Amino acid sequence: MSIGLLSLILLALATAGYLVARTRAVASAGGDARRLHSLPAFHGRLTAMSVLVPAAVILILWLIFEGFAIRGAALSQLKPSDVPDGSTMDLIMSDVGRIADGLNQLEARGTELAPLLASPDALAAALKDVGVAQGGAPTPDTILAAQASREALRTSRIGLSIVTLAAAVAGLVLVLRRITPEFRARNATEALSMWLLIGASLIAVGTTLGIVLSLLSETLHFFRLYDFRDFFFNLTWNPKFTGGSDLGIWPLIWGTIYVSAIALAVAVPIGLFSAVYLAEYASKRTRAYVKPLIEILAGIPTIVYGLFALVTVGPLLRDWISIPMGIGNSSSSVMTAGLVMGIMVIPFVSSLSDDIINAVPQSLRDGSLGLGATPSETIRQVVLPAALPGIVGAILLAASRAIGETMIVVLGAGAAAQLSLNPFEAMTTVTVKIVSQLTGDTEFNSPETLVAFALGLTLFTLTLCLNIVALIIVRKYREQYE
Amino acid sequence: MTDMTDHPLLMPDARTKARNAAERRFRAYGLTAITLALAALVWLLVSIFSAGLPAFKQTFITFPVTLDAATLDKSGKLDPVEMAKVTTIGYGKLIDKAFAAEIEAKGIAHEVKPKELGDMISEQAGASLRDMVLANPALVGQTIQFQALANGRIDGYFKGRVTMETASRDKNTSPEKLALADKLRDAGVIAVKLNPGFLTMSDASDKRPEAAGLGVAILGSLYMVVIVLCLALPIGVAASVYLEEFAPKNTFTDIIEVNIANLAAVPSIVYGILGLAIFINFAGLPQSAPIVGGLVLTLMTLPRIIIPTRAALKAVPPSIRDAALGVGASKLQTVTHHVLPLAAPGILTGTIIGLAQALGESAPLLLIGMVAFVKDFPGLPPQGLFDPAAALPVQIYNWTQRGDPGFVERASGAIIVLLVFLVVMNAAAIYLRRKYERRW
Amino acid sequence: MSVIEMKLEREVAAETIKIQARKVQVHYGTNHALKDVDVDILSKNVTAFIGPSGCGKSTFLRCLNRMNDTVASAKVSGSILLDGADIYDPRVDPVQLRAKVGMVFQKPNPFPKSIYDNVAYGPKIHGLTRSKAELDEVVESCLRKAALWNEVKDRLQSPGTGLSGGQQQRLCIARAIATSPEVLLMDEPCSALDPIATAQVEELIDELRSQFSVVIVTHSMQQAARVSQRTAFFHLGHLVEYGETGTIFTNPKDPRTESYITGRIG
Ligand SMILES: Nc1ncnc2c1ncn2[C@@H]1O[C@H](COP(=O)(O)OP(=O)(O)O)[C@@H](O)[C@H]1O
Ligand SMILES: [Mg+2]
Repeated sequence: MSIGLLSLILLALATAGYLVARTRAVASAGGDARRLHSLPAFHGRLTAMSVLVPAAVILILWLIFEGFAIRGAALSQLKPSDVPDGSTMDLIMSDVGRIADGLNQLEARGTELAPLLASPDALAAALKDVGVAQGGAPTPDTILAAQASREALRTSRIGLSIVTLAAAVAGLVLVLRRITPEFRARNATEALSMWLLIGASLIAVGTTLGIVLSLLSETLHFFRLYDFRDFFFNLTWNPKFTGGSDLGIWPLIWGTIYVSAIALAVAVPIGLFSAVYLAEYASKRTRAYVKPLIEILAGIPTIVYGLFALVTVGPLLRDWISIPMGIGNSSSSVMTAGLVMGIMVIPFVSSLSDDIINAVPQSLRDGSLGLGATPSETIRQVVLPAALPGIVGAILLAASRAIGETMIVVLGAGAAAQLSLNPFEAMTTVTVKIVSQLTGDTEFNSPETLVAFALGLTLFTLTLCLNIVALIIVRKYREQYE
Repeated sequence: MTDMTDHPLLMPDARTKARNAAERRFRAYGLTAITLALAALVWLLVSIFSAGLPAFKQTFITFPVTLDAATLDKSGKLDPVEMAKVTTIGYGKLIDKAFAAEIEAKGIAHEVKPKELGDMISEQAGASLRDMVLANPALVGQTIQFQALANGRIDGYFKGRVTMETASRDKNTSPEKLALADKLRDAGVIAVKLNPGFLTMSDASDKRPEAAGLGVAILGSLYMVVIVLCLALPIGVAASVYLEEFAPKNTFTDIIEVNIANLAAVPSIVYGILGLAIFINFAGLPQSAPIVGGLVLTLMTLPRIIIPTRAALKAVPPSIRDAALGVGASKLQTVTHHVLPLAAPGILTGTIIGLAQALGESAPLLLIGMVAFVKDFPGLPPQGLFDPAAALPVQIYNWTQRGDPGFVERASGAIIVLLVFLVVMNAAAIYLRRKYERRW
Repeated sequence: MSVIEMKLEREVAAETIKIQARKVQVHYGTNHALKDVDVDILSKNVTAFIGPSGCGKSTFLRCLNRMNDTVASAKVSGSILLDGADIYDPRVDPVQLRAKVGMVFQKPNPFPKSIYDNVAYGPKIHGLTRSKAELDEVVESCLRKAALWNEVKDRLQSPGTGLSGGQQQRLCIARAIATSPEVLLMDEPCSALDPIATAQVEELIDELRSQFSVVIVTHSMQQAARVSQRTAFFHLGHLVEYGETGTIFTNPKDPRTESYITGRIG
C-alpha cells in the first residue's frame, strides 16, 4: 500500500470517527446535547485526533528508520570480496540502489523479472532500456542485494500499513467506547492538544540535538582516521583524494577571521554612523524611507552578493588596485569577499544599533543638552556609552553572521588555503572548505570528506559562543531600560 | 531695540565655533555612512540588472526547414518508436542544410566556410526540432518555418558581449560569422526577441548557454517553499503558542528560548550538514530532491517564524484573554478563538519573510546535492517531491561555475527572477502589516 | 507662625532683571500651549512657576534655554531677552546659551558614568578648566554646594546611577551648576523625591540663590511659598498672575489664582 493511499485511508477514518462520535455523543444524551458535559464537536474532535495523531507519529518515525533497515538487509547480501579495488562499499551500495530502482520500473512495465535476475547481462540491457545506466554488468551479489532491499522495502511497507491502521482503529474504538454524557471530551481534547504544542516546541530542541549529535559523531569518526593533533596544530591544508592529506585547520580559520575582520571594518563604521544619524538627526520621514532601504541589504540573498563579488567587485579590485600596485593578480581575494560581506552586514549593525540607541531614555539626552552639550557631544559621551553593551551585542551578532557566511566567500574569496597577510591574495575559509569537501562525489569514510564535519563543528561552536554572548548582552541591556 | 551685537551671547567664542564645526563634521560622517550604504545598494542592483536584463531576450534565427520523410521516417509508417531512433544529430544536419539553403536563397554573400555555417545555430536546435516532430508526427514531409536559437556567441554579439575583436581570438566563432549575422539581421532572418524560454526551459549543458532556462529551478524552489510553508507555519505557530501562552517559566523553557534564538543565528550551512547527515545518510532520502531541501529549509525557517510569531502573540493585550476567560472559555479556546486571530497579521508577516529567506538560501542546498545538473522536470507531488530538481539560488551558483561567459548573463538574469519573487513576497508582508497593524 | 507669614518677613532685595520675556507663544503642532506670556525674572532670586498640570509651566521653562529646539513640533514666538540679548536671535548658539542657563529635570537623570564624570561633564565640554587639578576642584566645590560631597567623597568613581533618588537629584544639581550658569531652571526637581530628600534640595535652592537666579516649577504650593521670592501662576497656557510670593499667596488679585491656592482648581 503506498504512503499516499495509507494517508487517505487515515484521513477517511478520522472523518468518519468525527461524524460517528458526534452522533453517538448526542444519542448517548438521549438527543439532548445540553445534557452532555462537552459539546458534541469535542467528542468528534477527540476521536479524529486519536485516530490521526498516533498513526501519524508511527508513520513518520517508521519512514525515518526504514532506510536504515533496508540498507542493512542489502548489506547482509554483500561480502567484502564484492568490493573491487579502487571502489568502496558506498559506491556498490549506490549501484544496488540504482538496480533496485530499475527493477521496480521494469516490474511496473510488466516485464518478467525472473529471467533477468538469472542473467546479469540481460539485466544490464533491460536496465539500460529503462534509462538506468550501469558501469558494467552487475555482479550476482549486487543483484541479490538489490532484490533483498526490494524485499525489505516491501515487507516494511506492509508492516507499516498494518501497524498504522491498527493504531488508528484502536484509537477510534477506544474513544468511541468511552463516549457518555459525562465524558469530559473537551478536557481530553485540550490535554492532547497541549501535548501536540509541546511536541512542536521540542522540534527546536531536537534540531539543536540533531546538529550537535550528527556533527559530534562524524567528527569522532574523523578523529579515528586522522589524528586530532594534526587537525589542530598542523599549519597546512592540503587534502589529496589519494590519501596522505594535510588537514590542518589554521589556514581556514585565518582566512575566516581575516575576511570577517575586513567585513566588520566596513560594516561597523558605516552601520554605526548610519544608525546614529537615523536615530538622532534624521527627520521621521527620512527615517521611514531610509531605514527600510538599508534593511534591503539584509534581505538580498547571499548568492546575489556572491555573484556581485565574482563579476563586479573582484575584477574591479584586481584591475585597479592589486595589479597596478603589484600585490596580486587574482580577482578572488580576501578583500573582495570582505568588502562585499561588509556591505551585506551593514544592516545587521545599523538596525539593531538603531533600536538600541532609541531605547536610551530621552531624559539622558535632555540632561546633556540642558548643560549646553552639542548633539554630537551628547551622542558620543552620553548616548553611545549608555548604548554600548547593546551595540557590542549587535556587532557580535554581525560577526557571527560574517563567520558563518558561505556563498560570498565561495564565490569571492577563492580556494587557496594559506596563511598570508596580503588581503589581495586568494584565501579560503572554513565554510568554503565545508562546501568543497561535501559536494560532488563523496564517500563517507575518508578523512577528506569527514573533515567537513569537524570544520562544521568548529564553525558551530564558534558561532554558538558569539551568539550566546551577544544574546545575553542584548537581553540584559533591554531589561536595563524596560 | 538697542543694537546688541557686542553682547557676549551673540558672539560665539572660538571654542564654541570649534565645537560647532565638530558637530557639523559628525553629522557629515553620519550622512556619508548612509550615502555609502545606499550607494552600495544601488551599485549592487545596477550591476546585477545591467548584467541580467539581456537574459530575457534571445537571438533567434528563423528559416524554412523541410522535414524530409526519407531521413526522419525511414519506415514510412509514422511509428513513434521507429522515429525516435533518429537522433538530435540527424535533425541538426537537416537544420544546417536548410540554413545554408536559406542564405543562398536570400542571395547573401559571406566568407564563412560552408561547413561552419551550422555553428551559428545553437546545438539545442536539433533537440527542439526533434521534440516538435515527435510530438506531432504529422509534420513529417512538410516544410515549416522553424525558429532556432542562435549560438551563444552570435547572441552575445547582438548583446554587446562579443565583438569582432574578441571573435578573432575565439575558436568558437569568427569575425566572418558575425559579419554574416549582421547581414542576416538586415535580411530579417535573425532577430532578437523576448525569450519566454528563459523561464520555462530546463538547464542546458556547458556549451549552450543560449538554451539554459530556469523552469526546473523555479519548480523545485516552488516545491520547497510549499513544503516549508506546510510544515514550518503550523509547527512554528504551535510552538509559539505553547511557549508564549502555556509554558511555565522554568529552566527548561528558558533553555528552549535561548535555543530558538541561537538557532535563528546558526550559519545556514550547518543546516546543510544536518540535512546531509540525517535525511540523506541516515534516513536514506534521495539526493537533490525537493523533499530533502524542503525539510532542511523548514528546520532553518522554524526559529525565524517562531520569533515574530511570539512577538505578535505578546502584542495582544492581556485584557482580551481576561475577557474570554471571564466568560468561561478554556485557555485553549481563548487562544484559538481570540488571541490567534488577533495575532494573525503579525504571524503571516513573519511567515512570509521567513519563506522569502528560505527561497533565497543556497548554502545548505549545495550540501544535499542540489547542485547536480538536472535536465528533467520533477514529476507532480507527492511523488515528484522525491525526484531530482534544482532550486533558483543554487541554479545561479551552478551557472557561475560554468566556463562560457554567456552563463554570467544567465545567472544575473536568474537573480532578477529571484529578486522579483522576493520583492513580491516582501511587498505582500508590508501590505499585510500596513493593512492590519493594530496599535493597542 | 505660618509659613506664609515667615515668607513675608524675608526681605526682597532690589535686583536687576535677568530674563525678560514678552508675548511668548508656543505651539506644538496645532496645540497652542502657551499664550502671550510676559515675565521678568530677577537675578539672585528664586522664581516659582505654579499651576495645574498641562498649563504650560514646563513649556515656558524649556523656552528659557531653548530646550524646545529639540522638540520638532514646537514653535516659539515672542521675545525672550537674557541680559538684554534675544536668545532666539539666529546668531545665538543654543549650546552657549545653555551653558549660561542650566537645567535640572523632574526625574533625576544622572549619566551612566561615575559621579565624578557626571559633574565634570559640563566643564569638560565647555572647556572651563585647564588642568586636572582645577577640574578636581570644580567637582569638589560643586558637590559641596549641592550638599553631596560628604556622602560621596569616598566613591567618586562609582556610577552615578547607583545613588539614591535624592542623592541622584543633588548630583544632577551639582552637574548643572558645574558650568557656572547664571540662571538655573528646575522642572519639578522634587516630585520624584521623598520628604527628607525634598527638604535637602529645598535648602540647597535657598543657598544657590546667592549666586544664581533660580526658576523652579513646582506642584506644591507649600514648596513655592517656602523657597521662592516671586511666584508666577499659569493656567491653561496663560500667565494669570505674577508677583511677590507673599502677595500671591496672601492677597491674590485674580479669582483663578485664589481658587487654585485654596485648592478649588488644579
Ligand atoms: N513635546 C510635546 N509635544 C506636543 N505637545 C506637548 C509637548 N510637551 C507638552 N505638550 C503640550 O503642551 C501643553 C503644556 O504642557 P507642559 O508645559 O508640559 O505642562 P505642565 O504645566 O504640566 O508642565 C500640554 O497640553 C501638553 O500636552
Ligand atoms: Mg511639567
